[in-house]
Amino acid sequence: MKSQMRLKGLIYKEFLQIWRDPSSLAIAFVLPVFLLLLFGYGVSLDAKHVPIGWVIEKPTASTSSFSNAFAHSDYFESTFFADMEDAEFALQARKINAIIHLREDFSRQLFKPQPAAIQIIVDGVDANTARLISGYIQGTWSQWLNQKAELRGTPLQQPVIADHRIWYNSAVLSKDYLIPGLIAVIMTLIGALLTALVFAREWERGTMESLLATPISTQEILLGKLIPYYLLGMGGLLLSIAMAVFLFQVPLRGSFWVLLFTGSLFLFVALGMGLLISIVAKNQFVAGQIAIIITFLPAFIMSGFIFDISSMPEAIQGLTYLIGARYFVAILQTVFLTGNVWAVILPNSLALLVMALIFFTLAARKAPRRLE
Amino acid sequence: MPPVNDKTLTLHSVSKSFVSGRAITHAVKNVTFSIKPGHITALVGPDGAGKTTLLRLAAGLLLPDSGTVSVFSLDSDKQSEQIRHLIGYMPQRFGLYEDLSVIENLNLYADLHQLAEKDRQQRFIQLTKMSGLSPFNNRLAGQLSGGMKQKLGLACTLLSQPRLLLLDEPSVGVDPLSRRELWRIIEQQMEQNGMTVLMSTAYMDEAERCSEVILMDAGECLQKNTPDFFKHKMLGLCFAARADKQSNRQLQLYLSQQDEFIDAIIQGDDVHVVMQQGATLENIAGIQFESIEPRLEDAFIALLKSRYKSAVQAPAALAQAGASIVTEDIIQVDRVDRWFGQFQAVKALSFTVKRGEIFGLLGANGAGKTTTFRMLCGLLPVSNGQLSVAGIDLRTAAAKARARIGYMSQKFSLYSHLSVRQNLVFFSSAYGLRNSRQQQRVKWALQFYELEPYSDTNSGDLPLGYKQRLAMACALMHEPEILFLDEPTSGVDPLARREFWMRTNQLAATGVTVLVTTHFMEEAEYCDRLIIMVEGDILTMGTPAEIKRQAQSENRQEPTMEDAFIHLVTQQAQQ
Amino acid sequence: MLANIYALLIKEFLALIKDKKSRFVLIVPPIFQLFIFGYAATYDLNDIPIAIYNEDANIESRDFISRFTASSAFTEVLRITRHQQIAKALDEKKVLAVLHIDQHFSRDLLTAHQPAKVQILVDGRNSNTALIALNYMQTILADFNLDWAKQHHLRQLPAQLQVRAWFNPNLSSRWFIVPGIVGLLTLVVTVIVTALSIAREREQGTFDQLLVTPLTPFQILLGKAIPGLIIGVVEASFIILMAVFWFEIPLLGSLVALYIGIFLFVFSVIGIGLMISSLCVTQQQGLLGGFLFIVPAVILSGYATPIANMPVWVQNFTLLNPLRYFLVIVRGVFLEGFSTQHLFGQYWPLAIIGVITLGCAGWMFRRRMF
Repeated sequence: MKSQMRLKGLIYKEFLQIWRDPSSLAIAFVLPVFLLLLFGYGVSLDAKHVPIGWVIEKPTASTSSFSNAFAHSDYFESTFFADMEDAEFALQARKINAIIHLREDFSRQLFKPQPAAIQIIVDGVDANTARLISGYIQGTWSQWLNQKAELRGTPLQQPVIADHRIWYNSAVLSKDYLIPGLIAVIMTLIGALLTALVFAREWERGTMESLLATPISTQEILLGKLIPYYLLGMGGLLLSIAMAVFLFQVPLRGSFWVLLFTGSLFLFVALGMGLLISIVAKNQFVAGQIAIIITFLPAFIMSGFIFDISSMPEAIQGLTYLIGARYFVAILQTVFLTGNVWAVILPNSLALLVMALIFFTLAARKAPRRLE
Repeated sequence: MPPVNDKTLTLHSVSKSFVSGRAITHAVKNVTFSIKPGHITALVGPDGAGKTTLLRLAAGLLLPDSGTVSVFSLDSDKQSEQIRHLIGYMPQRFGLYEDLSVIENLNLYADLHQLAEKDRQQRFIQLTKMSGLSPFNNRLAGQLSGGMKQKLGLACTLLSQPRLLLLDEPSVGVDPLSRRELWRIIEQQMEQNGMTVLMSTAYMDEAERCSEVILMDAGECLQKNTPDFFKHKMLGLCFAARADKQSNRQLQLYLSQQDEFIDAIIQGDDVHVVMQQGATLENIAGIQFESIEPRLEDAFIALLKSRYKSAVQAPAALAQAGASIVTEDIIQVDRVDRWFGQFQAVKALSFTVKRGEIFGLLGANGAGKTTTFRMLCGLLPVSNGQLSVAGIDLRTAAAKARARIGYMSQKFSLYSHLSVRQNLVFFSSAYGLRNSRQQQRVKWALQFYELEPYSDTNSGDLPLGYKQRLAMACALMHEPEILFLDEPTSGVDPLARREFWMRTNQLAATGVTVLVTTHFMEEAEYCDRLIIMVEGDILTMGTPAEIKRQAQSENRQEPTMEDAFIHLVTQQAQQ
Repeated sequence: MLANIYALLIKEFLALIKDKKSRFVLIVPPIFQLFIFGYAATYDLNDIPIAIYNEDANIESRDFISRFTASSAFTEVLRITRHQQIAKALDEKKVLAVLHIDQHFSRDLLTAHQPAKVQILVDGRNSNTALIALNYMQTILADFNLDWAKQHHLRQLPAQLQVRAWFNPNLSSRWFIVPGIVGLLTLVVTVIVTALSIAREREQGTFDQLLVTPLTPFQILLGKAIPGLIIGVVEASFIILMAVFWFEIPLLGSLVALYIGIFLFVFSVIGIGLMISSLCVTQQQGLLGGFLFIVPAVILSGYATPIANMPVWVQNFTLLNPLRYFLVIVRGVFLEGFSTQHLFGQYWPLAIIGVITLGCAGWMFRRRMF
């Protein structure tokens, strides 16, 4: 009963401080909104209206039916050039992303034993976009071939045809996976960065010294920080989920409660890291730097949020196992887009739990009972 | 509970050192003492003596490397939990949450000490009333003045009615009025609860009021005894000196050059001197000496100077001290106002300063001293009124005026990662000094301020006293006509304060005008003239003697500057 | 005047280099980020786990499958034997894609009456990875078709695509990402150095000390700007060296063109850093302000995702972003072999941004001096 009074006092104090310090509130609520809006509107890997240049050496019915196939597609925006020189110049000047070159013999060679060649040049500087564009061009091209063949009454004879389906995100919208993943980044910021800063602040302002001189226990000091920032982090989580579902229309196929539960676990990991950082750093500037380098950046780059983990070099893949965000990103993308797949949720939750326990044990052991 | 009272705080051969990088600092070396229950014990010593470390050891915030610390016979290592229920500890910066209000701070510490709801209200009322905080219950702690913060810090520590109260420099940066109140509160609490107090302080008059004094230096405990014991040793060695033909400043300079004396400071119209043990006054002619009651400060200086023989070297020579009597006004302030939004920090301030004067600006925290200063240096524009420095109107030619002034700010602002020499070189370049002239000035600064041994040390690693000297040297590189010193001695121990004034006097004697703010009232004695500010207004202006005279009364024949200050401020408040 | 600024420069550099924290900020995060970004940030697919469900047990299907498993992009981690296992494998993220081969695959392939059928199922939770994996698989399939048609003298497709990628023939993401790091890290370091410099002096109280010297605000500002410029250029040079010699990215264009770009870029970023600096009282605020500028500046620069994919209003907004122009310069010089005349269109916006931001910084600095 009595120790509850101490804890309650500490928690109440922390809330007052959060309420009065605009920067904590900014990190907890403004930053998530800012990041979600920035990513929701600013980041997209879906190429649309890609400018492509055409060089058609000898226009015929066939060439125009081919170029029409592209004109009807949402993916492309066509420009026509008189010769390759002009088109190449436009490519270098970044006016267009690809050139489709139909030689003079295109119509003649079509459906001949020596098939007509369509030369495609893509700007490869942005390799990812280049790959997507050449994929789109191939798709449009094969559709056109099929139509053309059917019109001639000789259906296209291909040895193998593939029927493909993209599961869970059939419209292939990048926002549907970026926004759930972003929640992990945001929670890292709230949990680790904010906690690291506020703990370091107590050292800097000398209030830790007077706290330690009172009959307060280590657990109470830690809990007194954890509970308020846990609640703040959960507030950030709810806000992010609400924005994802209602503003950005990301489908939530799994259970909201699973999200909440695993979000709690991840928050514990982030809070644990924040506590550890601040116990080691004792200075807001250093704590902020460390938090950004070892929590924010890895959550961004090495969590599978944007970049695929299995494609990274092995050494870096090994490192990603140490990053809590990796597990939470997997859960988030699954619960949002697939549903409650326990085989994904349970092992990843377990990993989060283990990490949280390790961080808390370390924090509790390293926690200050004295000034050194 | 008399049995526990026997041994309130006992240290037994306690040592503590800190490692930072390759350097090891022995903060506390083999210290043994115990303090008297139910009394106040003062911990005094120069900066870096280990006072804060010692208090932290006593509070159980640090563990000794060797030796034992016990509080009420409880070991600070193994029984720290129980100890924390019995002690109250106020760190140097009071340990307040600045973004919490007064009542919220109190509530927090009440929760931490598990004060029951019904006792709490009563205790709050009692403490806030006693400390005069009740009108400010809902104000944020960060918006309180230094004195108020200190009282709130104390109230928070006293909430739990500790048996042992540990205070780390509770009165640094606090005006005399607040210091008086602090003492009143502590003494009241001791009466009521039989509390024991250990406090570190830089004020010797404060230490004099304690039952016992522990003198520390360089981590060692030099002596522990009653103030009377310390003073008794100085009996017959302290005099008030006076000479008809010389001004008190010239006299002080002369006396401090004599081997017979350990110390000579200006005290009103007299010079207060401390004689070397075994020396005589026979060889000194033309000066009247009147034996006076020794003070604790005299004993303190004597003890420390015997440890550091060459701590203050008497200046080799001095240009005709005060020979030229110039009456030119070098600073003119004419009905100057300064507003910050709706708040008027300075109200129609008018005064003039003559060339070669040491002019003091005194006042409580928040009286407008620093604002006035910043306006004089051109760091802050005036809202209304006229301001001219060295004959230049600051509104039209601030940069021109700046080349002729030197400024030393409250915090001894230096580039902490630059070495002493690099700081000097930088500031001299900033003032346009080049080549041989620059080298010459840097050399002068290193010599005059005895910084040579530290010339390659980073200024951030210097002891406070040396930081202050370096800051002063930086402000003087271009030989300014006017020197502005904002609280130049705050937090600096008496020894360093003396050296500082010694050098400042020398400067003034060469014709440099010095403007200084301070809240050490005894330092006002060094000024030729001074003003006391209250709430942005001038309370009084005059020579130190004139001001003290205002507080003279029948039962106070010879008021000190502090008495005068408190007298005038309270008089003002009553009106 | 020159001597004054020289003194300010010396002081600024000594303060940066002797301060452990500043040194840390200048050295550790850039190296850390260089490696993380250089190695971890890639859109290329390697060893993507796939499952194969082969309902046809003949040699033809096995040949077909070996085309996939032999590719460096895919690794078979699971062999599926029942239809129900497909959903499980994908749901549980065991594999990214499933290649399902129809039971009549070999028969259809050999008789050529109708095309042999396969089904490709991809996990779209990361839609970008899904699309690229699908592209890879379709390319393998197309190659197989071509080879099969040639071997069995079947009629080939009426037209064929010959795709070539310019400037980056192997379409390696690293060639795209690593030159971008030059811009990214130069931005981060320059902003942090300049954004914190005045705040640091305010915290230490040395700012007042500077203001009471006869130095003019313009000189003080120059004394803050030039170290930022030098550090930015040195940092950029270091990363360029790393890009060329460690990551082996070809540097085809003119170094002069690149350095003109670096100077203009750093120039414009310093203006922004100093603007943040003159607004902030503490280093903490400076850091937060820097963060609030850097994150959108990077995201809206085309560093990781193309500007062309953004909504039009966001695209217009990116015109204010200096990093956007610099990324074109650095990638153009590295991969496309640009020289100065190609880049004029990027230089002048940077110069304008620089003049405006520095002007604003100067104005704000004068106003906030008191």
